[in-house]
Amino acid sequence: MIRILKYVAIDILKNKIVIAYTIMLALFSWSAFSLEDNAAKGLLTVLNIVLLTVPLVSVLFATIYVYNSNEFIELLVSHPVKRSMIWKALFIGLSLSLVTAYLIGVGIPLLIFADWGTALIMLAAGMLLSVIFVAIAFLSCIFTRDKAKGIGISILLWLYFALLFDGIVLFLFFQFADYPIEKAVVFLSAWSPIDLCRILILLRLDVSAMMGYTGAIFKNFFGNSLGLVVSFTLLALWFLIPFLWSLRKFKKKDL
Amino acid sequence: MMKGKPLYNLWILCLWCSFFTKAITSQAAARFVGEQHPYKTIRAALAAALPGDTVYITKGLYKEGNLIIDKPLAIIGRDQPILEGELKHEILSIKANHVLVKGLTLQNCGRSVMNDQAAIKIYESRNVHIEGNTLLNNFFGIYLQYSKHCIVKNNFIKATQKKEYQSGNGIHCWKSDTLQIVGNKIYGHRDGIYFEFVTHSIIWRNIANYNLRYGLHFMFSHENAYISNYFKANGAGVAVMFTKKVVMLNNTFVENWGDAAYGVLFKELSDCYLSGNKFIRNTTGIFFDGSNRITAENNEFIANGWGMRMQANCMDNKVMRNNFKGNTFDVTTNGTLTLNHFSENYWDRYEGYDLNKDKIGDVPYHPLSLFSVIVEKNPPAMLLYRSFMVTLLDKSEKIMPSLTAENFVDNKPSMIPYKL
Repeated sequence: MIRILKYVAIDILKNKIVIAYTIMLALFSWSAFSLEDNAAKGLLTVLNIVLLTVPLVSVLFATIYVYNSNEFIELLVSHPVKRSMIWKALFIGLSLSLVTAYLIGVGIPLLIFADWGTALIMLAAGMLLSVIFVAIAFLSCIFTRDKAKGIGISILLWLYFALLFDGIVLFLFFQFADYPIEKAVVFLSAWSPIDLCRILILLRLDVSAMMGYTGAIFKNFFGNSLGLVVSFTLLALWFLIPFLWSLRKFKKKDL
Repeated sequence: MMKGKPLYNLWILCLWCSFFTKAITSQAAARFVGEQHPYKTIRAALAAALPGDTVYITKGLYKEGNLIIDKPLAIIGRDQPILEGELKHEILSIKANHVLVKGLTLQNCGRSVMNDQAAIKIYESRNVHIEGNTLLNNFFGIYLQYSKHCIVKNNFIKATQKKEYQSGNGIHCWKSDTLQIVGNKIYGHRDGIYFEFVTHSIIWRNIANYNLRYGLHFMFSHENAYISNYFKANGAGVAVMFTKKVVMLNNTFVENWGDAAYGVLFKELSDCYLSGNKFIRNTTGIFFDGSNRITAENNEFIANGWGMRMQANCMDNKVMRNNFKGNTFDVTTNGTLTLNHFSENYWDRYEGYDLNKDKIGDVPYHPLSLFSVIVEKNPPAMLLYRSFMVTLLDKSEKIMPSLTAENFVDNKPSMIPYKL
């Protein structure tokens, strides 16, 4: 597996897109922190990178990469290696490269300019989102052999999590405004990894406001250590379940 | 104009006090209380003292129940003697004019909701001076009723009760006039400073932190000045109600967190002037409810959840030349009617330009965001804050206002923050 991982890593490096992605992220975050007069505004720009750009790049790059390595996979399958090994190596290789890109691009300026608590939460969120969206890409790849369709599914899923989901939640808010929906909302937010990450960061950035209305429920749930554990467990499930599902399908797939 | 009166009073008071202290010391006998002194108990010394005497209490623990001071005396502690209330008694009851109480430690006064026991209680007196005392674990700390020209200065007041109903107020003033509350530190009481029907008074350089309910709480207390006080992390912040003509200068309100906690809650206040105050990391900086003709200028609102919430039942308030920095929401309201005036404030969210370089933005600033209106109607929606969808909605609302009140506007936003 280490061997396959090495091939995948070298291949991704040769591809240069991940390097370009690292530089882009670095440019964005450095300029965000140095152009704005206060670090809080820079953080907001970085927040948007974490919540929108990172998932989009992860899901697109991973989907296309998996489709392109179809021949490589077929070649490996003819060798005496376990199928699951190939799929896992591919997943780990892609995740690692995207996480590294994020850490170098966003992580360094974050640690320099932002306070440590916020920076660490943001780092964790960005890394998890990278891995989660690679897993989602794997799932959409395995469902269809058609490359265009696969990429389409990936983009739609990204659109859903990044934009539509919030719209739906907002709509539900208005529809059920007369009911005590706070607890339901906490439950609902678990259904989008981007939302989960956003709330974790929100509790750091807008703590004064969050201590207000929403205080009792949200701060109690997400703010204490148990809430953090639950949130990160949920995020872990968000990459484990899609990946394991795709792994099961891959094992039985007729290449 | 409003500032003039308390200052004038202060001067008059200073003159009076210096006159009286001189008068007292010139004729007075000194009586010493303590183990090695003629008077073993404070009670005996008080009984023997003639008006104008000075009673020195030396170091020791005195458990003498309730002590009543009914003549003009100076009572001065040497090396912080401790007067113990044993959780049963009101410790000092002052029922005379021209009394000085200085340098004592008073602790564990009685708890009673029937007659509001306090460590030091002043009954219908004038020119009483309470200075440099330490009050620990009392029910009420210093309690003034029907008193005038009293000074409460540099006292340290701390209580450790856990529940509001077990606790009294640090400095409690009722139906009094021309008081000076200066340089006191108050922790852990129900309300730090409580005023009801107190007029023409000055509250200066006090610190009220971690009180169970309010740091400062006043009602029907007209024409007072609050200067350079510091209120931090009180259970519900500061709440002031039903009062007119109050001046608040250079006060700081920090980290009052919670659903019903406010940096300052103005309920039915009118004709007030606020300047140089700082509101930092509160859930709500200032909450205006039914308040009219208040001028707020040169204040700073930093990193609050809501910088200012102005209910639609407020009229003719002026909000000018303030800094709004890093607040989650700068200003919100609960209706569409706006009868208040915003001008020349600095808003860190302002995205306009300044072509003629006069440091005033050329495009009006609408401090009300769509999302703040949504949250006002539907509080849990706060959880969606900073999501891309919400940012989009906000942007489109900024370009074409439909839900937010259009006349809620700062026509002359400042391009650069004021140095405050």
